[in-house]
Amino acid sequence: MKLTGSQIVLECLKAEGVDVMFGLPGGAILPFYQTLPEYPEIRHILVRHEQGAAMAADGYARSTGKVGVCIATSGPGATNLVTGIMTAHMDSVPIVAITGQVPRAMIGKDAFQESDVTGITLPITKHNYLVMDTRELPMVIKKAFHIARTGRPGPVLVDIPKDVQQEEVEFEGYPEEADLRTYSPVAEVDPAEVKKAARMIDQAKRPIIIAGRGVNISRAHGLLQELAEKAQIPVITTLLGIGSFPGRHLLSVGMPGMHGVAWATLAIDEADLLIGIGMRFDDRVTGDPNLFAHRAKKIHIDIDETEISKNVKVDLALVSDVNKVLGALNPLVKHNTHPEWVECIDRWRREHPSLAFRETEDLLPQFILKHLNEETQGDAIVVTGVGQHQMWAAQHFCFEKPNRFITSGGSGTMGYEVPASMGAQVGNPDTTVWAICGDGGFQMTMPEVLTMVENNIPVKLVIMNNGTHGMVRQWQELFYNKSYVATLFQTPDFVKLAEAFGCKGLRITEKDQVVPAFHQAMKHDGPVILDFVVRAVENVYPFIPPGGSRASMEEDPNVSVAMG
Amino acid sequence: MAVPRQILVALVEDKPGVLNRVAGLFRRRGFNIASLAVGHSETPNMSRMTIVVEGDEGVRQQAARQLRKLIGVMEVRDITDDAIVARELTLIKVKALPDNRSDIISIVEIFRGDIVDVEPDSMVIQATGDENKIEALHKMLKPFGVLEIMRTGQVAMVRGSAESTKNLSQVRPKFKDIGGV
Ligand SMILES: Cc1ncc(C[n+]2csc(CCOP(=O)(O)OP(=O)(O)O)c2C)c(N)n1
Repeated sequence: MKLTGSQIVLECLKAEGVDVMFGLPGGAILPFYQTLPEYPEIRHILVRHEQGAAMAADGYARSTGKVGVCIATSGPGATNLVTGIMTAHMDSVPIVAITGQVPRAMIGKDAFQESDVTGITLPITKHNYLVMDTRELPMVIKKAFHIARTGRPGPVLVDIPKDVQQEEVEFEGYPEEADLRTYSPVAEVDPAEVKKAARMIDQAKRPIIIAGRGVNISRAHGLLQELAEKAQIPVITTLLGIGSFPGRHLLSVGMPGMHGVAWATLAIDEADLLIGIGMRFDDRVTGDPNLFAHRAKKIHIDIDETEISKNVKVDLALVSDVNKVLGALNPLVKHNTHPEWVECIDRWRREHPSLAFRETEDLLPQFILKHLNEETQGDAIVVTGVGQHQMWAAQHFCFEKPNRFITSGGSGTMGYEVPASMGAQVGNPDTTVWAICGDGGFQMTMPEVLTMVENNIPVKLVIMNNGTHGMVRQWQELFYNKSYVATLFQTPDFVKLAEAFGCKGLRITEKDQVVPAFHQAMKHDGPVILDFVVRAVENVYPFIPPGGSRASMEEDPNVSVAMG
Repeated sequence: MAVPRQILVALVEDKPGVLNRVAGLFRRRGFNIASLAVGHSETPNMSRMTIVVEGDEGVRQQAARQLRKLIGVMEVRDITDDAIVARELTLIKVKALPDNRSDIISIVEIFRGDIVDVEPDSMVIQATGDENKIEALHKMLKPFGVLEIMRTGQVAMVRGSAESTKNLSQVRPKFKDIGGV
């Protein structure tokens, strides 16, 4: 059967089970767009900026576990995807980006809207392709999805010249298997090493687990819980590991690192065995890598061999999918208890109330998030931007299920909250999606609210309106003698803005309006913007300055420690 | 103190962009490449690269693993500590006038080099050998006035017919693809 390149791509996407794509057309991708009406089963959502397409695909992927798809034209369309692709790359999110390219004969001539997109995205994709032979399209699409989804997931970009989209060639169906002899995503578990790990766990007196995004990606939360309960090991979850262990579990410790809870920092510092599972010893977690868990032997379980001893030297590495590793490890680990150690962490929890905040009539972001957590009971999907509100959300939300808390960790991309929440809602139409937005971040991607209105994507957007780049302002306050350079700004009237976009808007200025506003938002069938006018000067605590350690941890000076 | 050097040999797919991926990886990870030589291998559509990396033990481990992770790279061996033969080729253009030509020729003979071009006022010398030999030759020719030096960078190979087991334990071969997660 002879088909055009565009038809072939769409046939392959259909075979791949793609039901939605986010994108924005332009000259070099037009043949593909003009073919879309022939494929009504694939929904296309027109974004307002290609950054929104990449981030929506990312939010869709993180919340569903499926590969997210975004589309852009050549040149500026493709470069607008870049921040979104980088964000996905840093957090191992499977997306496939399809970009138009100038016709083959014009490549290298600085043609109109030509840019070397495979070159530009080389360091921020797991892999990328420029398709110069139309007959290779089916295999390239097959490989792109296979690479994006398997092993340590990540973004893959496929750049398709316009004339390849137009050319008719014989289509023999979507390949069954990706022909990739130089790609091996998952290693077999080494039984000898697993045995050693089990002995180390059996012998530990003060063991601690740090679970990261790898557990969420592999949906290995059941096995993680089994291991923790069997050997009674307290579990810390990183920012991206939130939800990989039930937040209310007795062994749940909370978040580590720069803004982690004090008892997690202390537990890491005092532990004699640290088991990192699907996490990568990011500097926001470790602070000074030489002081991090300096008393502990370290076991690192990760699918990606390059993470082993990259940032922190470990004593034992188990390189494979976490399901395979824990599947082999759990039966070998002995039933055990560490009552003194668990009680010790509980004592730190009482002595260092990191989640407490001061009593005040002012509307505080922590207050709002604490109540939203109580309202949603861990059943909603919560997407955040980057900054103070993100850290407070990570501290105050509690999840019993994986992949409900969606945030840009590795790249810390402001503006992520609006499009990513849109993607998460599209992928989970029956779940309430809350976007916790900074007023700074919201202004970066707010046109996508219009995309939500147009497509009836009913995200509930909470704006923490503090009139400042709060997190940067906090650093200026603490490290630059309160010199607030370029961090205070004017915000628009978000309620009027909501109305202009055709969605519901509410302004909240008092504490007693908070919960009723949530209820109103929930009742409204469509996107809602809740403009919370919060106190501008408020800092996130605990705070360990970059490169610091337990010794440099600062706790909230406004909260007394007399609760223990 | 001299920066330690690691020698990696990689078998890679002969496809556009693979060299770019390798070079880009070393640049963005901050690994210094002392030399990189690449050419066809005994296997069709596969090339073999010899990469000399500057760096300590940590760089050594990371460089090999990162390289191995690239799609397009089939296999990586760290042969730094193995019994190997390592050679490079150099071309040296040196000022040579009738009165010192024979001095130059005798030096070249000691180094078992070849004179591959002679002009009234210059010569081009070709020599192969390990790094020390090449550098010694450059040093000996310097007083005559070296006009241009070209070096290929090292190509290296493990001695003997058996594959080195040591390098295999340092850098495991690519895993068998056991399916998606
Ligand atoms: C795209 C981008 N630009 C700049 C930064 C640096 N940065 C980190 S947090 C922050 C302030 C965020 O402000 P806002 O969205 O209002 O959130 P808040 O910290 O006030 O809660 C900035 C500018 C960033 N992370 N991302």
